[in-house]
Amino acid sequence: MRAAVEIQAAEPVAPGRDWSLWMRQIRVILRIEVKKNFWGRRAILIYLAAAIPVFLIFLLTFIDSEGPADIRRHWTSAQTTFAVIYRTLILQTMVYFGCAWIFMNLFRGEVVDKSLHYYFLCALRREVLVAGKYISGLVVSVVLFTMTTAASLFFLYYARGYPANVDYLFDGPGLKQCLTYVGITVLACVGYGAVFMVIGLFFRNPIIPALLAYGWEWANFLLPPLLKKISIIHYLHSLSPIPVSDGPLATVIDPTPAWISVPSMIVFTSVVLILASVRIRRMEINYGNE
Amino acid sequence: MNDQLIIFKNVSKFYGEILGVNRVTLTIAPGITSLVGPNGSGKTTLMNLMTGLIQPTRGLISVLGISPSNPQELFRKLGYCGQFDSFPRGMTGYEFVKSFLSVHGLSRKEAEDKTWRAIERVDLIEAAHRKVAAYSKGMRQRIRLAQAIAHEPAVMILDEPLNGLDPMARAETIRLFRQLAQEGLHLIVSSHILHEVDKMSDRVVLINNGYILAEGGVLSVREEKLEEHPMQILIRCDRPQEFAARVFASDSVVEAALHQDRQGLFIKTRNADAFYQLLNRVVIENGINVESVSPVDDDLNAVYHYLIESNGAGQV
Repeated sequence: MRAAVEIQAAEPVAPGRDWSLWMRQIRVILRIEVKKNFWGRRAILIYLAAAIPVFLIFLLTFIDSEGPADIRRHWTSAQTTFAVIYRTLILQTMVYFGCAWIFMNLFRGEVVDKSLHYYFLCALRREVLVAGKYISGLVVSVVLFTMTTAASLFFLYYARGYPANVDYLFDGPGLKQCLTYVGITVLACVGYGAVFMVIGLFFRNPIIPALLAYGWEWANFLLPPLLKKISIIHYLHSLSPIPVSDGPLATVIDPTPAWISVPSMIVFTSVVLILASVRIRRMEINYGNE
Repeated sequence: MNDQLIIFKNVSKFYGEILGVNRVTLTIAPGITSLVGPNGSGKTTLMNLMTGLIQPTRGLISVLGISPSNPQELFRKLGYCGQFDSFPRGMTGYEFVKSFLSVHGLSRKEAEDKTWRAIERVDLIEAAHRKVAAYSKGMRQRIRLAQAIAHEPAVMILDEPLNGLDPMARAETIRLFRQLAQEGLHLIVSSHILHEVDKMSDRVVLINNGYILAEGGVLSVREEKLEEHPMQILIRCDRPQEFAARVFASDSVVEAALHQDRQGLFIKTRNADAFYQLLNRVVIENGINVESVSPVDDDLNAVYHYLIESNGAGQV
């Protein structure tokens, strides 16, 4: 060790409520988290999982030589089939569990790895850490699952052929439908992401609350009208461009309009993030108990 | 003045029903302060309280006038090298130091400069671009030290910083600590390696079972406890029996015992100054030839044994 290296006085870092400092810190956290969690070998599984619906729709469309012709002939029915696949496989399974994996690991993974304290030992407001981690999870989940949604839509539309698609997309409702699907996926990442991050902060074993929440979301169609609204999936389904029947046992209520659904989700997410900030301010590093 | 001191005011920390530390009132001035105590005595709890990694059940803590609950201000002035031998996944040593410097809010250029400076101080330049996972234990210890000093804090808290270091690296690390202390830093070090703590510390805080047993300079702590535990001095001389007879009558001498080789004697005294004056007088008046006079147990190890082992903890 070279004790002879001279010490230079530390440059004072901008004090107080400095938004530019916080933004810079959030960008750094985003870079660290994305590199650490989403470029490593551990991330391969989530990428493979996100590819499953795309592969399935590809098979449904092209495995049968008559598939494209069928889709062209029964376009309305093909759209409904896609809406069901989107709802059950993409939204309620891949996005749900994908967000669970991504967001719960943001804090819980670091506690398990015993490396969270390095963030706590920086000149960093803990609320900024929450924001940085949440945004990093959001960036990854949005990129990943909107690509899943877009690629699935691509294979659905590909089967119709170019001229029909141009008409449907630009002179019909196609573009709006596609953007709505992508928007629902983004909103799902926003809402589920916040919930799973908080679950990862509050629970030592977050799998159990995540499964309970999954059960609640799946059983949503059976719940009475008031309870239906205490869920994320209700608001996401309300935005669906193609209505899908919940079956004969479902409690039927009118979908919540988009001007209520979208702000509700954003307000809900904000409240959950505030809860996460309160929690992390009181959080202690005590790996021995983990 | 408070902005130069680390202050604990009646601080207690309980983990559920388990006591971490209890009613700690302590003021730590610049220089090297060692926290000494057996495993589970509360050293790491004190350090974690200072850094806000845990919060006190009651009491107040101030680090240079800043509350540990304000990390944005605190960690501009404080660096902590804890005992956790774990790292974020997949990082090289350089990335590890630079990433967290960037989180402090430094620009890329500043972060790079300070990273290299810190890595140079711990002599890891050549290994800087290797993955931390491939480092030896000593290298991991040093890269954590680099991470803690990289932002050039005024207070360094080091939990068992010499663990895992080979003797050469230990000596270098102690030299680095001394240099940092000379530059006006607070260094708070916990260690079981009493011999090394003794050598490098300006002050010592003895802690056991969550209570502070003694604090102050190594020697002053020793003197503070003289009433309970007399100081022992070994005198090598040509006529130890005669010397014993001459000094034993003095009030300052509690006990005199011949050395096994009969070439010296052990004296126990509660008043070292008075005894040394007596020694000079006896030597001059009786022409006794003294080869050496050496305190046997005024080092930290002795104090540690007196205060901690006698309290039943007994792990050194």
